Amino acid sequence: MLMAMPFLSIAQDVEMAEVMRSNGKIYVVIGVIAIIFVGLVVYLITIDRRLTKIEKEEK
Amino acid sequence: MLKIGETSIQILGLAWWKWIAIILVLFSLTAGMIIDVPRLPILHETIRNLFYHVTQWFGMMIILTASLVYSIIHLAKGDRRSDIIASEGINVALFMGVLGLLTGMLWAKFTWGTYWTGDAKLNGVAMGMLVYLAYTVLRGSMDEEQKRGRVSAVYNIFAYVMFMVFIMVLPRMTDSLHPGNGGNPGFGGYDLNNYMKLVFYPAIIGWTLLGVWLINVRVRMKSIVENILTKSHQ
Repeated sequence: MLMAMPFLSIAQDVEMAEVMRSNGKIYVVIGVIAIIFVGLVVYLITIDRRLTKIEKEEK
Repeated sequence: MLKIGETSIQILGLAWWKWIAIILVLFSLTAGMIIDVPRLPILHETIRNLFYHVTQWFGMMIILTASLVYSIIHLAKGDRRSDIIASEGINVALFMGVLGLLTGMLWAKFTWGTYWTGDAKLNGVAMGMLVYLAYTVLRGSMDEEQKRGRVSAVYNIFAYVMFMVFIMVLPRMTDSLHPGNGGNPGFGGYDLNNYMKLVFYPAIIGWTLLGVWLINVRVRMKSIVENILTKSHQ
C-alpha cells in the first residue's frame, strides 16, 4: 500500500482534461447531445438555404 | 454579413430569429444538464425533463395559438397565405405533441411506474391530438381551395377550444398526477428554483422558435409547389 502511494500522487498531479471527467462524466453526454443538435441544425440550415435559392430562381 | 432581407434582418444568410432559436435550444440542452436542481424524492435527476419534455408542450400550445390567429385572419381576409400558415402550424404542433407524448411516457415509466395511466391530462391530450388529427383528415378530403380554407379555419377554432378544455380545464377538475392539476401544486409552486427558470423560459422560447422555423420551411416549400402547379395549369 505505502509503496504505491507516491505513484498515485504522481498520477494525480498530471493535468488531464479534468473537465470532461468530473461529475460522473456528464459533460461527455452533454457534448454528445450538443453535437447531435448542431448536426440537425446544420442540416436544417442547408435545407433553408436551398429553399432560398429556389425562391430566387423562381423570380 | 448583416443584410436586410425581404421579410427580416438576415445574419449569414439566415433570419436573425433562427439564430436565436439555435442559441436558446443549445443553451437549454447543455445548461439544463449542468445546473443544480432541487433534490426531490421519486423525481431525482428526471426533474431536468422539465427543460425538454414540458417545453415541447409549451411550444406546441404557443404554435397552436398562432395557428388559431392565422385561421381567424384567413376567415377575415380570405387569403391563401394565412390558410397555409395555419395548417402547417398544426402539422408542426402535432409533431411536437408526439415528441411530448413519447418523452412523457418514458418519464412516466420511471416516476409513476407505467407508460400510460388513466390520468386526466394524458387521456385529455390524447383526445385533443385526435381532434387535431381530424383537422388534417378534413383538410385532405377537400380539393376546392376556398372551401377547404374556410372549413378548416372554422374547424381550427373548434379544435383549439376542445384541446384547451381537454388539457387545461378537465384535468383541473379531477385528480391528476401532473403538477398544477387536481390539487397538485405546480412546479412553479415551491420546487422550481430560480436557476431552473433561467433555463426553462429560454428553452420554451427556443423550442417555439425552432417550431416556427420548421413551419417557415414547410410554408415556403408549399408555396413553391403551388406556384409550379399553377404555372403548369396555365
